[in-house]
Amino acid sequence: MNFEAVKSIYTFEMARMRRTLLQSVISPVITTSLYFIVFGTAIGSRIQTVEGVSYGAFITPGLIMLTLLTQCIGNGSIGIYFPKFTGTIYEILSAPVAMTEILLGYVGAAASKGLIIGLIILATASFFVDIRIAHPFMMVVFLVLTAVTFSLFGFIIGVWARNFEQLNVVPMLIVPPLTFLGGSFYSINMLPPFWQTVSHFNPVLYLVSGFRWSFYEIADVNPGISLAMIGFFLLLCLSVLGWMFKTGYRLRS
Amino acid sequence: MTPIISVQGLTKTYGNGFEALKGVDLDIKEGEILALLGPNGAGKTTLISIICGIVNPSGGKVLVDGHDVVKDFRRTRALIGLVPQELTTDQFETVWNTVSFSRGVYGYKPDPALIERVLKELSLWSKKDNMIRELSGGMKRRVLIAKALSHEPRVLFLDEPTAGVDVNLRREMWQVVEKLRESGVTIILTTHYIEEAEEIADRVGVINGGELLLLEDKKTLMKKLGRKQLRLELAEPMTSLPESLAGYNLALSEDGSALLHEYHGDEAQGTVPSLLNRLAQENIHFKDLSTRQSTLEDIFVALVGEKA
Ligand SMILES: Nc1ncnc2c1ncn2[C@@H]1O[C@H](COP(=O)(O)OP(=O)(O)OP(=O)(O)O)[C@@H](O)[C@H]1O
Ligand SMILES: [Mg+2]
Repeated sequence: MNFEAVKSIYTFEMARMRRTLLQSVISPVITTSLYFIVFGTAIGSRIQTVEGVSYGAFITPGLIMLTLLTQCIGNGSIGIYFPKFTGTIYEILSAPVAMTEILLGYVGAAASKGLIIGLIILATASFFVDIRIAHPFMMVVFLVLTAVTFSLFGFIIGVWARNFEQLNVVPMLIVPPLTFLGGSFYSINMLPPFWQTVSHFNPVLYLVSGFRWSFYEIADVNPGISLAMIGFFLLLCLSVLGWMFKTGYRLRS
Repeated sequence: MTPIISVQGLTKTYGNGFEALKGVDLDIKEGEILALLGPNGAGKTTLISIICGIVNPSGGKVLVDGHDVVKDFRRTRALIGLVPQELTTDQFETVWNTVSFSRGVYGYKPDPALIERVLKELSLWSKKDNMIRELSGGMKRRVLIAKALSHEPRVLFLDEPTAGVDVNLRREMWQVVEKLRESGVTIILTTHYIEEAEEIADRVGVINGGELLLLEDKKTLMKKLGRKQLRLELAEPMTSLPESLAGYNLALSEDGSALLHEYHGDEAQGTVPSLLNRLAQENIHFKDLSTRQSTLEDIFVALVGEKA
């Protein structure tokens, strides 16, 4: 195991984040605050509580998930896409590192960034509403698993993408609708039966539901199923990556 | 002596079906400077990329210090430094950081003293805290060399190191290469310019169309291929060569306005002085004269023609 290489890639990526601190940290904080102001006051004044939890507190886990997914996919994909785009990837490909070590460096950094930002949002949210965390350990498990899984997913997109449009299509066009429709801002019990069924095909529902359960012990689906779904997606990403590395897909032509 | 690099029946077909290498065999000796010559698209970069592990081979194999570059990539890649053809750098990194990063990726602990030595050797020390985008093209190329040297490789690949580099810098670069060779580093460089190969290489390989057409000691090659041509513009055109000039390797240009003399540049007793004397004796006057060395292109034409 080439630990020096993993460390180098990791610190390099984290340094890149420090340079872009403004976009990386400030903008999700501002966005989240806006959500609280708009949703919390506009809708929250009509819906006081959802299943016994104040509306602002209810949407907090979903907001964290929304940012975590976007950030992890974004950072995970740009981390590997950018060297591919500029050509500097030659160095990593010609270095004595296995793809797993490259993955650890990039995905580790992307997940770390996502987690840091997730925690910052949690802190921001606690200024607006009362947050209660019933199962702190499970909360961290959900957070870390989601961060790692979606950073891996981002990495896959970064390897696959041939241009910036392809790179952005998933985090920009697919994640937000799935998050909005995945019960981030409402309980799916509030939906007509047909739409409840449809919602169960949305993978983000399981993330948000499980994560929210760790806060308030309310869930749209059984938290065990949520955990299993994340585990399943994690394994799926790892198998796709295993295949990509074995064939040299779009990296070693 | 076992070769430091041994390429055996190497083929590469790219995803689009293009056959970039058609069975290349090549042994590189430890400590030598090998120049790979070839026109655009010959397959030079592809060959280097496979040896360095950037591109997967389609067939054949490559051994570096006896280890397979695919199965035993950790050992082989640790021995190799690569300076790519394109100026690919992290524009927003400082020189110091990017060179230190290279060392780390190769698995070595930080060694500021070594990085300092490398940067000084390449006249980059004063720029160590500059961002790479603030450097000139030649400096960027030297940064790439510094990156490749940051892990003290035993083999260094320079893919067209002198493209877009001015004369002074080229000199400096050759000095660095010479120093590295003295310390025992094997160097493989690609170029389009035969003069460059002539100046620095021990051996020269010629690649075209994915095949290694020739691999030879530079001295032998220059003897074989380094032909020169003297062209004398005559004051009065001729219709045929005078009898008295038979014995010189001479030809008349098509319109009869010039005499063409082919000779070897390295002949100890050149034929040119004696030819000029003879012309004077025969009262054959010329307005102008020029000499021309066979170019890489001539060599290609000759080589490809021979093969066909
Ligand atoms: N990724 C790729 N996909 C498809 N074809 C490629 C790819 N890379 C190179 N080729 C083709 O393979 C051939 C050899 O390319 P290569 O870059 O090895 O040439 P080269 O000898 O280095 O040329 P140059 O002197 O221009 O750098 C070219 O015809 C090129 O178009
Ligand atoms: Mg090339």
